[in-house]
Amino acid sequence: MSVLLELSKVSMSFSGKDGTFKALEDVSLKVEKGEFVSLIGHSGCGKSTVLNIVAGLYEATEGGVVLDGKEVREPGPERAVVFQNHSLLPWLTAYENVALAVEQVFKGKKSKAEMKEWVEHNLHLVHMEHAMHKRPAAISGGMKQRVGIARALAMEPQVLLMDEPFGALDALTRAHLQDSLMEIQKDLKNTVIMITHDVDEAVLLSDRIVMMTNGPAATIGEIAEVKLERPRNRIQLADDVEYNRYRHQVLSFLYEKQRKVESFEKSSTPSQPKTQTHAATQSSDAEERVA
Amino acid sequence: MNAMNPDIFKKISTAMEGREIKSATGKPIVEVFVIPAVKALSLPVLGMVIFIFFWNVGAKSIDTSLGQFPGPQQTFEQAQSLWQEHLQERTKEEGFYERQEKRNAERLKKDPDYKVRIREYTGKPTFLDQIYTSLITVLSGFLLASLIAIPLGISIGLSKNLYAAINPLIQVFKPISPLAWLPLVTMAVSALYVTDDPFFAKSFVNSMITVMLCSLWPTVINTAVGVSGVSEDLNNVSKVLRLSWLNHVIKIVLPASVPMIFTGLRLSLGIAWMVLIAAEMLAQNPGLGKFVWDEFQNGSSNSLGRIMVAVLTIGFIGFLLDRFMLQLQKFFSWDSNAELR
Repeated sequence: MSVLLELSKVSMSFSGKDGTFKALEDVSLKVEKGEFVSLIGHSGCGKSTVLNIVAGLYEATEGGVVLDGKEVREPGPERAVVFQNHSLLPWLTAYENVALAVEQVFKGKKSKAEMKEWVEHNLHLVHMEHAMHKRPAAISGGMKQRVGIARALAMEPQVLLMDEPFGALDALTRAHLQDSLMEIQKDLKNTVIMITHDVDEAVLLSDRIVMMTNGPAATIGEIAEVKLERPRNRIQLADDVEYNRYRHQVLSFLYEKQRKVESFEKSSTPSQPKTQTHAATQSSDAEERVA
Repeated sequence: MNAMNPDIFKKISTAMEGREIKSATGKPIVEVFVIPAVKALSLPVLGMVIFIFFWNVGAKSIDTSLGQFPGPQQTFEQAQSLWQEHLQERTKEEGFYERQEKRNAERLKKDPDYKVRIREYTGKPTFLDQIYTSLITVLSGFLLASLIAIPLGISIGLSKNLYAAINPLIQVFKPISPLAWLPLVTMAVSALYVTDDPFFAKSFVNSMITVMLCSLWPTVINTAVGVSGVSEDLNNVSKVLRLSWLNHVIKIVLPASVPMIFTGLRLSLGIAWMVLIAAEMLAQNPGLGKFVWDEFQNGSSNSLGRIMVAVLTIGFIGFLLDRFMLQLQKFFSWDSNAELR
């Protein structure tokens, strides 16, 4: 397999009111075509920053990202993003949300009828054909995320970037969507980078798990190759020795080697909304922790 | 009030007894429809009754040089007489055109080369004509204001630099009273709007521009707030899709700020209507403002009652305009969670 995406010595500093804060230091990673890579780490470690740099939403202070031989300089549909909180346009129906992306990406390449078919095909992939003419406010959180995935898939990206795609969903819905995603992956074999803080999710879905150290100046701590047979079944894997070994490896990295020292107040609110793509808040969060 | 309500319900339910009318949910129809309707109606009616009572008492105790301050009774009488005057004026007008037509036909018979000239009826505008003039003036001013305010609001919402440049001006111009603008507007219009055959009366243009100047600001400010408040997530979607600047504005920014734009428009229309009356008084635009002013100058024993009719009309029309904007807002708003009222 060939390397499709390469991050070389990516560093990222944010300048805030209390001087500069180094979020990432020397992050280097090669992702092969068709590979499913998870980034896992404690919140605030800079996982999202890595993803945003690959997406082109942030520009790395040092180092860079090369996709298919070209340097990433700005966001683009070839690096489609599935945002954590779906980010659907609330005034458009599910269909229209996907159609907006399709019309933008395939302008002049597909006919009207082909575009319509392509939109419907992608909504069908995520099992949303029954509610495709509903607006986001009228569908559940899991369904919104499905539409978000459909929108990203419809762009036919070279790399699919997923920023904690299932983080805001309840456990049952999450499991359901993970299964859907594996099913889609089986046929499409997309190259995926997914951010997660769910160990089971990472082991179940990934070919490789990239574990990040705690910030400031976070970097890649360990990489685990998950060599479990596909298709993977969560119930069978629950008693699988290999599966549990991978789980153990990630858990021990997160809770022993990179154990996070936090005040009680902070850790008691684990489900607080993540400050996505907001450099200032993120860095100041991290600074608080250092102090 | 509390003593009254159950009484009514009892009467209604006794009347309904033995008739077995039930609603879809199986509850007696009295409980489902009648009681909520009575409750919904009784409080506003009660408020109205109390208001009319105090108005009546208050009016009786104020004696002005133009007679007693108009109470509900006089106001109602004047409203009727204004309506009668309107009907009379319309019959006169019809008669005038009929006679003119007859005359013209006769002259044409005598002399086939005669060029028919239709003379406009020049009777004085009735109260209803004046309401119409006011509505046209306020809507023109409001429309003009919106055409300027929405693009301006979008531009300053998108550009922080432009906002920094224009915001101080907005803050200074916003609190200016229409009465302060009017003399300047009048002189400027006289100097610039010079035609032999004006399509719009100068008084109309003066009032309209004054209304425009005063009703711009809420729309500008709310649009700017709406535009700059477009969530970072939606902006990121736009970036990932590589939408062009124009597409970004049309497909993301505008729809996202529609609720705020309409909030601004509603405030603007309210201000426009309030400003209009003052503007018409001074500019002598033949609308409700001029009506109030003329009646005041006229000073007959009916004047105050007629002014009171105008005051209530102004209030009622203002209310209807606001309801109209609310319906528009509901129609265009995608945010079904927002409770609009």
